[in-house]
Amino acid sequence: MAVEVRVPSVLRAVTRGEKVVRGSGSTVAALLDDLEGRFPGIRGQVVEPDGTLRRFVNVYVNDEDIRYTGQLETPLRSGDVVSILPAIAGGR
Amino acid sequence: MAKVYIPTSLRRLTGGQTHVEVEAQDVASLLEELEQRFPGLRREVLDEQGAVHRFVNVYVNEREIDDLGGLSTPLKAEDEVAVIPAMAGGAVGRPFTLEQAQRYARHIILPEIGPVGQRKLLNAKVVLIGAGGLGSPAALYLAAAGVGTIGIVDFDAVDITNLHRQILHGHSQIGRPKVESARDRLADINPDVQVVAHNEPISSENALEILGQYDIVVNGSDNFATRYLVNDACYLLGKPLVDGSIFRFEGQATVFMPGKGCYRCLFPSPPPPGAVPSCAEAGVLGVLPGIIGTIQAIETIKLILGLGEPLVNRLLLFDSLAMEFREVKIRRDPGCPLCGDNPTVTELIDYEAFCGAPAREVPAGEAVSVR
Repeated sequence: MAVEVRVPSVLRAVTRGEKVVRGSGSTVAALLDDLEGRFPGIRGQVVEPDGTLRRFVNVYVNDEDIRYTGQLETPLRSGDVVSILPAIAGGR
Repeated sequence: MAKVYIPTSLRRLTGGQTHVEVEAQDVASLLEELEQRFPGLRREVLDEQGAVHRFVNVYVNEREIDDLGGLSTPLKAEDEVAVIPAMAGGAVGRPFTLEQAQRYARHIILPEIGPVGQRKLLNAKVVLIGAGGLGSPAALYLAAAGVGTIGIVDFDAVDITNLHRQILHGHSQIGRPKVESARDRLADINPDVQVVAHNEPISSENALEILGQYDIVVNGSDNFATRYLVNDACYLLGKPLVDGSIFRFEGQATVFMPGKGCYRCLFPSPPPPGAVPSCAEAGVLGVLPGIIGTIQAIETIKLILGLGEPLVNRLLLFDSLAMEFREVKIRRDPGCPLCGDNPTVTELIDYEAFCGAPAREVPAGEAVSVR
């Protein structure tokens, strides 16, 4: 399933500065594997070494937090927009 | 000749005139004279029994006629008479002064606000965590709107590096505590507003006591420890939290209503120290917090007035470069340790330990506290 991935400012070093990248996969897990091939390190920004989701980086499919829709097994459909959203706090 | 000020809401009857001159012995005759010239005006001021409506006040030389002689109050040449809409019923406080009726006229004539709404704003108590990038526009607009009590919690002094974005403060204030700079600036914007300066860092020791004095909390803090602290305190106190955050060119805003999710539901753990650069490290577009902070002010006003749809369960995402607003949903997490079904956080904790980083930079020579 071809989807659009929105990459937050704080992670764009991994996507060579790209804010929007395309990827594919039938689930979020598959999408991350697909993205990792082209942007090494991106998976690790979202997923801990033990395979669980990082708790200060959220992933949304369209407007739903994947923690409530099946986590990494959340299914994807063509045209979905996947957003990666980190906690930000500004400061000084 | 007495000079009569006609409020905006009645100018349709006077052909748009804001002031009219009337020769009359007393207020009752003045109203009769006005009715002759502008039919329909009297019933806007007097009810069927001939008494002044509860929602209108009449002033002679800035004194309410109830304090003078009522409708029999005598008039002399050069007296100034003002007809002012007040609040519509209910024991919600004093009538507006002439100056307030003028200051808030554009609010009062909005049907969705009216005198009742303006009185709610004047009675409201809002506290701002931080008088910096987000707190500045929020404070300015809340003061302009007439929020009667604005608390500001900030322990910093104004620094030159603040000035590209912290528009509450000016060059003349460099070196002064931000709460004092804020108090002076807001007093100039609106003398109706009582600014309460909390010139101290917010901590587990004082958060409940400080925030407990207010109705709504607006978060403009600049570090994760304070975000989690304020979040927890607001939930424990049952206060709505109007949250905002920024990074480089992007911002986020939401409203946490107790029972409908909290910051921990959104981000259960903070990033490890160093994972997310601060504004000093990464830079930030100066005008960006102007947008998010102003959105926080709008959301606060909507909550006070009970208007519109607040950003509850909605995280607003702003990308200034694309000039794009998006939204994602926020849910209450039943497993949340603070507001979930089986809470484990029932009192304020050591947030610096939770985040692995201090809540604020400690100046050289100052003692470091664990909490």
